[in-house]
Amino acid sequence: MRNVKKWLAVAMVAVMTVSMAAGCGSKSEGEKSSGSDSEVIKIGAIGPVTGAAAVYGQAVKNGAELAVEEINAAGGINGAQVEFKFEDDEHDAEKAVNAYNNLKDWGMQALLGTVTSAPCVAVGEVANQDNMFLLTPSGTAVECVQYDNAFRVCFSDPMQGLESAKYIGENGLASKVAVIYDSSDVYSTGIYEAFVKEAANQDFEVVAAEAFTSESKTDFSVQLQKAKDSGAELVFLPFYYSEASLVLKQAAGMNYNPIFFGCDGMDGILAVEGFDANLANNLMFLSPFTPTSTDEAIQKFVTAFKDKYGDTPNQFAADAYDGIYAMKAAMEKADVKPGMASSDVCDGLKSAMVEIEIDGVTAKGLTWEASGEPSKEPMVVKIENGDYAVVE
Amino acid sequence: MKNIKKMNKTTKSNLLTYLMVIAIYAVVQILVATGNVSSLLQGLLVPLCAYIILAVSLNLTVGILGELSLGHAGFMCVGAFTSAFFSKCMVDVIPSSGIRFFLALLIGAATAGICGILIGIPVLRLKGDYLAIVTLAFGEIIKNIANILFIGKDSNGLHFSTKDSISLGLEEGGKVIINGPQGITGTPKDSTFTIGVLLILLTLFIVLNLIHSRSGRAIMAIRDNRIAAESVGINITKYKLMAFAISAALAGVAGVMYSHNLATLTATSKNFGYNMSIMILVFVVLGGIGNIRGSIIAAIVLTLLPELLRGLQDYRMLIYAIVMIVMMLFNWAPKAIEMREKLAAKLKAGRKKNTKEAA
Repeated sequence: MRNVKKWLAVAMVAVMTVSMAAGCGSKSEGEKSSGSDSEVIKIGAIGPVTGAAAVYGQAVKNGAELAVEEINAAGGINGAQVEFKFEDDEHDAEKAVNAYNNLKDWGMQALLGTVTSAPCVAVGEVANQDNMFLLTPSGTAVECVQYDNAFRVCFSDPMQGLESAKYIGENGLASKVAVIYDSSDVYSTGIYEAFVKEAANQDFEVVAAEAFTSESKTDFSVQLQKAKDSGAELVFLPFYYSEASLVLKQAAGMNYNPIFFGCDGMDGILAVEGFDANLANNLMFLSPFTPTSTDEAIQKFVTAFKDKYGDTPNQFAADAYDGIYAMKAAMEKADVKPGMASSDVCDGLKSAMVEIEIDGVTAKGLTWEASGEPSKEPMVVKIENGDYAVVE
Repeated sequence: MKNIKKMNKTTKSNLLTYLMVIAIYAVVQILVATGNVSSLLQGLLVPLCAYIILAVSLNLTVGILGELSLGHAGFMCVGAFTSAFFSKCMVDVIPSSGIRFFLALLIGAATAGICGILIGIPVLRLKGDYLAIVTLAFGEIIKNIANILFIGKDSNGLHFSTKDSISLGLEEGGKVIINGPQGITGTPKDSTFTIGVLLILLTLFIVLNLIHSRSGRAIMAIRDNRIAAESVGINITKYKLMAFAISAALAGVAGVMYSHNLATLTATSKNFGYNMSIMILVFVVLGGIGNIRGSIIAAIVLTLLPELLRGLQDYRMLIYAIVMIVMMLFNWAPKAIEMREKLAAKLKAGRKKNTKEAA
């Protein structure tokens, strides 16, 4: 029996050594490929394509791949083709850092990502040490862009909360407001806190603030009942459309019809399967992007996306699409060449990012500040007759 | 040479375990020094150490004590959060990362150990699988508490809240340290591979010495036959509690390693929830219940595998699952054990023949 164990241990060690060797092996392959076809610019991306947040990662992946394809078809960046690689992080900080290291072995020159906030902060820390350029399409937390090598395409959480409160106050939409938010979600709490802070300066009162968590996001009757009892005329819903569709359904079921107001996560609610679009009538939300806009660039993007993937792009896909084009503009400005070290690329892109201006699908004349924040004005979108309409 | 032969079996086996860890460390260090290790693998070294400590410590509860614990990640969570909180507060006061990390380790281990004792006192008095149920609940409770806890610091001291960071009422310039579901950001990166390996050796030292001590024999006696152990006068609750608290404290150490490796610490079901507890249990079961060396190997293989399979994209999780099933069959199926024994016997016979011929 002891011998069996010894034998087993040896076998296991062999398996381990092989797997370690495989790790080293893949590295040398990576070096080889970057050596032989140094004609390509390598852009890496990280996001969740499995697990609970897979929807967002998949959207970013699709949007970015579409942009890369278009750029390559049009001749690439500085005459070089772009190679794009997307790694899965399962919406987990540790896995995201692993994915980042893996991309580094592959020879990544700039990073698009990560998609979600908490992993983005962890990767941002490592990327800052390595001096790797980081552009997150949708990491909304403040800390995501705390270093000078990090930029983002989307709005930050506090900014959305602030703008929502301002819009509600300045347009006199309501005098009593209730908030329902997801306390287990960084995005939702970030907006909620900024909203409440700004509400103190505005001409309305927050009469109820009810939280739910990711484990109790199917039944909202308690939160809605409290909002109703407190006499709120407007309910602020800073979370994603999948939960919001349930809130609207349940509010209709209890005959409660306040104004509902959401943030950019609300975008896509009309595409929820089995959702009665009439329930969403008069729903308002902040958004950088509406697929039904008549703008030419947006229409071109939406059609191309539909042809390729068969569904309407949401704001994540749009942010990723703009992110790749922003990188292209910055790389052209900084004259990034294939095979350049990522640290040199980063130094070039850092200064180029604040000089470029792009006409993207999420904003016209998009520019960046050195702090990493984009200059974007959120639009307020209202749903009328089962379709999106921009409110001026 | 004679000394080695004279050594008894357990000492030899223990030495082999230590040597294995040191050998792996030496090989990895040489590879790193010569630049042969990919950055992916380098990034994985510290988490690997944390997982090995977790697997070894859980093996103490599952394999040696014979109780099922489904909340090991909960103890890890306690250690991670308390130590990260400490480090975040003290980062300006204690500039030396070595001393700070040492204190953080002590704090993490102590709080996790205390939690283990608190849970153990009522539950370990019971017969049956109650520990599994309670630890399962404990893991979820800890995760949820970490998600509603808000702690801020300003010139007046610490502020606590369970609602949101606004109700902390911090004055201008105060900073939020634990920000509810957003957790702790900006923990100093103090854990290194060398410290990790030293902690693994320390863990092994504690666990292996405990197993082969008088207390260890008492603990195993309880596992094997509770009534018989009771009848010879072993204080059952005391020994059970001892093993469980040590196991919890070591999990806390792993949590400290984990939290000082990443800049963000959030309590999600992925890292500190039920899934993680099961993951650690899988390391223990696949490595062999009660087999410390097996736990180390299983933790290494199962952590590296999904990362090294990244090249296979969508198939990697599928392959990972298949490997787990194959390992399980190989380790535990009666037919497989039979086959292995036959094979070993053949090898033995072959070797004897060879030596005879040589003679």
